[in-house]
Amino acid sequence: MENIFEKSVTGRHGVDAGTPDEKSVNKIPANLRRVKDSPLPELSELDVVRHYTRLSKLNFSVDSEFYPLGSCTMKYNPKANEAAAVIPGFTGLHPYMAMIDDTAAQGALEVIYNISSLLCEITGMKKFTTQPYAGAHGELTGILLTAAYHRKKGNKKKYIVVPESAHGTNPASAAVAGYSVITVPVDAEGGMDVDIFREKMNDEVAGVMMTMPSTLGVFEKKIKQIVEIARKHDAVMYYDGANLNAILGKVRPGDMGFDIVHINLHKTFSTPHGGGGPGSGMVGVSERIAQFLPQPYVDKNTSGKFFISPDNKDSIGKVASFFGNFGVLLKAYTYIIMLGKEGLIDVSEMAVLNANYIMVKLKPFYDLPYDRICMHECVFTAKKQIKNGVHALDIAKALIDRGYHPPTIYFPLVVEEAIMIEPTETESKQELDMFIEAMKEIAMTAQSDPEKIKNSPSTTRISRPDETKAARELKLTCF
Amino acid sequence: MNVKDGYFYSKEHEWVKIDGNKAKVGISDYAQHKLGDITYVDLPPVGKAVKQLEILTGIESVKAASDIYSPMTGKVIAVNKALENAPELVNASPFEDGWIAQLEISNPAETANLMNAAAYKTFLSGLEE
Amino acid sequence: MARFTPHTAAEVKEMLAVAGVSSIDGLFGDIPADLKPRSFNIPAGMTEYGALSALNSMAAKNNTSATLFMGGGYYDHFIPAAVDAISSRAEFYTAYTPYQPEASQGTLQAIFEYQTMIAKLTGLEVSNASLYDGGTALYEAIAMAIRTNNRSKVIIDKGVNPIYRQIVKTYVANQEIEIIEIDLNDIYTDREKIMSMFDESISAIVMQTPNYFGIADDFSDIFKAAQEKGITKIAVFYPMSLGILKTPGEMDADIAVADGQSMGLPLSFGGPYLGVMAASKGYVRKMPGRIVGETVDRNGNKCYVLTLQAREQHIRREKATSNICSNQALCALRAVVYLALLGKEGFRKASLVNFENAEYLKTKLKGIVEIKEGATFNEFTVNLKSDAVLFAKKMLAKGFAAGIPASLYYPGKNNYLMIAVTEKRTVKEMDDFAAAFKSAL
Repeated sequence: MENIFEKSVTGRHGVDAGTPDEKSVNKIPANLRRVKDSPLPELSELDVVRHYTRLSKLNFSVDSEFYPLGSCTMKYNPKANEAAAVIPGFTGLHPYMAMIDDTAAQGALEVIYNISSLLCEITGMKKFTTQPYAGAHGELTGILLTAAYHRKKGNKKKYIVVPESAHGTNPASAAVAGYSVITVPVDAEGGMDVDIFREKMNDEVAGVMMTMPSTLGVFEKKIKQIVEIARKHDAVMYYDGANLNAILGKVRPGDMGFDIVHINLHKTFSTPHGGGGPGSGMVGVSERIAQFLPQPYVDKNTSGKFFISPDNKDSIGKVASFFGNFGVLLKAYTYIIMLGKEGLIDVSEMAVLNANYIMVKLKPFYDLPYDRICMHECVFTAKKQIKNGVHALDIAKALIDRGYHPPTIYFPLVVEEAIMIEPTETESKQELDMFIEAMKEIAMTAQSDPEKIKNSPSTTRISRPDETKAARELKLTCF
Repeated sequence: MNVKDGYFYSKEHEWVKIDGNKAKVGISDYAQHKLGDITYVDLPPVGKAVKQLEILTGIESVKAASDIYSPMTGKVIAVNKALENAPELVNASPFEDGWIAQLEISNPAETANLMNAAAYKTFLSGLEE
Repeated sequence: MARFTPHTAAEVKEMLAVAGVSSIDGLFGDIPADLKPRSFNIPAGMTEYGALSALNSMAAKNNTSATLFMGGGYYDHFIPAAVDAISSRAEFYTAYTPYQPEASQGTLQAIFEYQTMIAKLTGLEVSNASLYDGGTALYEAIAMAIRTNNRSKVIIDKGVNPIYRQIVKTYVANQEIEIIEIDLNDIYTDREKIMSMFDESISAIVMQTPNYFGIADDFSDIFKAAQEKGITKIAVFYPMSLGILKTPGEMDADIAVADGQSMGLPLSFGGPYLGVMAASKGYVRKMPGRIVGETVDRNGNKCYVLTLQAREQHIRREKATSNICSNQALCALRAVVYLALLGKEGFRKASLVNFENAEYLKTKLKGIVEIKEGATFNEFTVNLKSDAVLFAKKMLAKGFAAGIPASLYYPGKNNYLMIAVTEKRTVKEMDDFAAAFKSAL
């Protein structure tokens, strides 16, 4: 499709945002003026609307396709969430308003206070910050909190321990925060290898990052042992909440002994992913970490008034401009109060049921590296199909032709040719059955006519792109 | 997998070919194969001093970005400018046209810490098991 | 109460049997019994109507009726209805990151167009697909500079948004990076002081125009001096000002960062906003986050993919250029739609109206209050000669969010108030503001 600049017509009038007196340009000192006009396109409102509407139709999305992208929790995003985030009483509120006069922002502060309190109860943590903008940003915040905790105690620490099945953001976040990473392998059951963990632990380890359930979709049965070992070395236990959708009301990070938790509101709490963001990576902490939380922090006094806590010298400072992605908080808050206690428990039960249903049904057709009851997602490998030259990537592309967004592939890295399916709780049995049939049919075709699978997709506007050319020639702008 | 005689190899799959006090450095056929289509070679600045098995520079493919470790201690005296526009030379000709940098080396005895072609072949067959 | 799980009781029973367990509890058998939640005291659910009416009553407790003359880096700009219409398309907002290009050409092309517009607007060559906000983008720019020249000291002018500076300091607390902040001369950049500090140990210099107090500046001289010492030049800019003001590229900046809130994003109590980053081509491989590139498919059709992914965390892990994964893609979509709608002339005009309105308000306030000298864009500083926080509260009671007291972030500057005027303010609003201002003093 033509790009927006190719559709531009010199002199065409777009949306009018005001008509200046052209002479006023002369009041700007000459050295401060833009030398060359910006070459933005020239289009009518309809031109622009039609262009982006057409582009939108080239996307797969949760509202139009089943989207079982493992680790991403692509559940349905209730429309009420969206309605809450566009209430003018929220969208029109300037963030500085609360700093001039907190009575002018009581409603917004209440939302922040309430969602923090709800998440404390859901996770068993003491306090939450809404600042982190995304999961990885929450991780970084958590590691900065870990560093502040050790600094205050006078501990000299250098390392963060991460299991090899972790998301890439875990080691990357640890590195941004100034730590080196120790990686611990996975055992035969898909959990962290506790013997190797014990060997690698030492007094210079600042923290241990765990994803629970793990990225292999299994619950870490030895968690109590792991926490105990970490505690001996005064290492902070960090819970990566990417997979929280599996355990709502079933087990809480706080009760397991975690000190720091991040939650991806755009996964478990149903805020849409926006084609890459915005998300929210709210961070919860235990009592011993609470004093280090970023500022501003919202609290409530005995008469029910919400206020911003005075500056606290132990705080790590700021990881975001204000209170994080407030609009995203509104959506997640709406979702949580709509579902309530029973609804949240139901989410996890149905998410886990759906994943197990798919796992059992597909087991005869795809190899299952960890054959045990899974949590909210199941991880297959394309090992069986490789024999015919069909890889996980080919299976993914074949699913696109069948009207499904592919699962996550090649992650977790510990499983060769991984295919990670996360159906979520919002998909019906009929939808799951159709997907299972499509996966079966692909497995059969991979045997009978592997070339067909390797040439997919063939129904989309484009076939497979040349990624090598993209990286070698680097064309990153339209002109 | 091609392994060339007359070259020394590191465990990180770099090769070095020594010519007096000069040494050309590149990555092995095995390494280019593992990385896949090379999209970019970060040519180190001429004059850069580097110790044996320290990071010399980096290389990228579509699916990976790796560090290149210097097989020898030395100073960069030349780089393969052809790779700026044709990084695929590393895939096509890893031992010849795809060389990355030339070093002026100070201690030829460091080859004792590397493998010759026969030893590298054995090393590779161990990896493939 | 609302429920989004579709199975009937009969279906659940059938599926449990397939899964090989007799009850739901059988699926959670791996969780040790003594780790069952100590409490899970969440209120019962609500209907959609009940939830939204609760949210509406909270919203009613916020003051969004005051006329906004408040900026500080976040402004009350006009947002065309078409921006909301496009960003409300579920094909965009319920999609994930475009990892599967064949199923994501919509998002990919829109981001590619966004990258183009940001590059052209800033006068630089490349842009990434977005970062979180202005402050985190500044940290990433600094990290890029450090990775490029392997130096560890960074000079930041105190005219740079203090929120950005706090974010940077928080990020580097556990790294060996030294941040040197240079005091302003009242509200103006101390150029001599800054340039006297340039030497080969400095990694980057960070300057902002208009600065936090609204002063518009041309940093060509500072950047020229920095260039001579191999220092990376980072410019913090205000997107809306670039319709008329000199661009980071024209000042010879290497990296430009901004908060993109002014390009079609509502104030929304601080987010979601948009971290904007553009750079000259030499920095592209050090750039954090996602980048969309053009290529062709197997049949030679032009198409788009995420490129340079090998630098990113999912491949390079602890050696990645950044830990960022989710970004602010939908906000970037809003920005590109906003820029396309206004277009070349519309954007320049909107920018000029901002300037004009601020100049008009200055003339109205002249004689009422001391207006600090210097060229400005749409925000300027006044010296009230009395406490600005108290004054701002007084003005709020009169229905005006009068501005930002400098003392929130500059202790000692108690009497300074920054007043912002966007294209949305009418002559009447500005006249009423001036009258209220006079009576509140």
